[in-house]
Amino acid sequence: MESVSFLLVAVILTALAFDFTNGFHDTANSMATSIATGALSPRVAVAVAGLLNLAGAFLSTEVAKTISGGIVQDSEVSLVMIFAGLIGAILWNLVTWLLGLPSSSSHALFGGLIGAVWVGAGGSAVRFGTIIEKIVIPAIASPVVACIVAVLATYLAYVITRRTSAYAVGKGFRAGQIGSASLVALAHGTNDAQKTMGVITLALISSGVLSHGAGPPWWVVLSAGLAISLGTYTGGWRIIRTMGKGLTDIQAPQGFAAETSATAVILASSHMGFALSTTQVCTGSILGAGLGRRLAHVRWGVAGRIAVSWLLTLPAAAAVGGVAAWVADQGNVGVALVAFVAMAAAATFYVLSRRRPVSPENVNEVPAPVPESTARPVA
Amino acid sequence: MDINWSTLAGVFAVSLGVTVVVVVMFSLGLAAWARAGHGQPASDVPRGRHQKMATSAAVLCFASCLAVAAYGIDLIVPG
Repeated sequence: MESVSFLLVAVILTALAFDFTNGFHDTANSMATSIATGALSPRVAVAVAGLLNLAGAFLSTEVAKTISGGIVQDSEVSLVMIFAGLIGAILWNLVTWLLGLPSSSSHALFGGLIGAVWVGAGGSAVRFGTIIEKIVIPAIASPVVACIVAVLATYLAYVITRRTSAYAVGKGFRAGQIGSASLVALAHGTNDAQKTMGVITLALISSGVLSHGAGPPWWVVLSAGLAISLGTYTGGWRIIRTMGKGLTDIQAPQGFAAETSATAVILASSHMGFALSTTQVCTGSILGAGLGRRLAHVRWGVAGRIAVSWLLTLPAAAAVGGVAAWVADQGNVGVALVAFVAMAAAATFYVLSRRRPVSPENVNEVPAPVPESTARPVA
Repeated sequence: MDINWSTLAGVFAVSLGVTVVVVVMFSLGLAAWARAGHGQPASDVPRGRHQKMATSAAVLCFASCLAVAAYGIDLIVPG
């Protein structure tokens, strides 16, 4: 039993670490445009997002019944595979954060699990049809739907207010942005903290600590909520810069149009049963806001890099998850080794990020090298 | 593999409709608010009945946005 509890503790801690990266990866979704237009100061924005995420975590504790939602054969998933999948997801989240690319944390988690299950239980336990249906198609549909909606919304916002003074327009839309950004943050909190609660709860059930069909214990809800809101409050400034300033130059009407589109698409999709990725919806709506304003400049190089990172999310997280599953399957020493390597990698990424730090102070400044590097073709 | 295209089309239609309603209402509200002389030096804006009409139109527009937002919160919060 001792080995089980060591692994279980490792799974719980890794799940909370994943939750934390999920939080700071996704701050940009709700707050990037508000920070870019000055609707909220950077520090206030992350505080609001963090609090709403925490509130969201407590409002909805209806966790998933299965870890993968049918992407892999859930009966084949062991604790080691969950651990390895989480490691793959965390590392991919850190790499994309370092590069300032918004990528879906749920896709990273699915990718990690797919790799871990593939190595641990064989390719037959991976349901490729479901992957296409639940990940690939939504991944293509999300940004397209959000982009079209945001183009129209932005166009209308500018046409209707074209005779209104620029001062009133800027002030009014910035005020509106506070509301629309808060809705995105709240919706995010009710969705994403649940993923981690679900992972921990299912790990507890599968190791016999909780009975079948049990809900998450209070400490799971609390720790998952705290982890994601702490992550959100830390603010993934590199990603916020890319989404707020890198993709296109966002003005207040565009920010309002983008956030309203994102909220509408996220809520419509989650209530009509066609789950779309929050990150991809938000990125698409920002792109749409850029296309909807005449003379706005969309940096297609940045958009291309983001698209490439989305293509790579599943395979890259799967590769790490697979290797981690193989090593961790060698027993507690393997688990400890994987955890150690992951921590060393995380520390390395952190040190690398300090070379060109992005902070609340400089998040709205686009550094000179960015247009150059985006000008070259995306490999 | 069973891709539910009609649901996706529904998501698209609903989110397009809701977004357009909110953004149009908010923009009209802003335009009316500014026309009523709020948020700018109002020396050349006609005063009186016209101004009151514009203010109440703006309030109506903003209220409709708030109503949609409240419905959104109701959707987010389960139960």
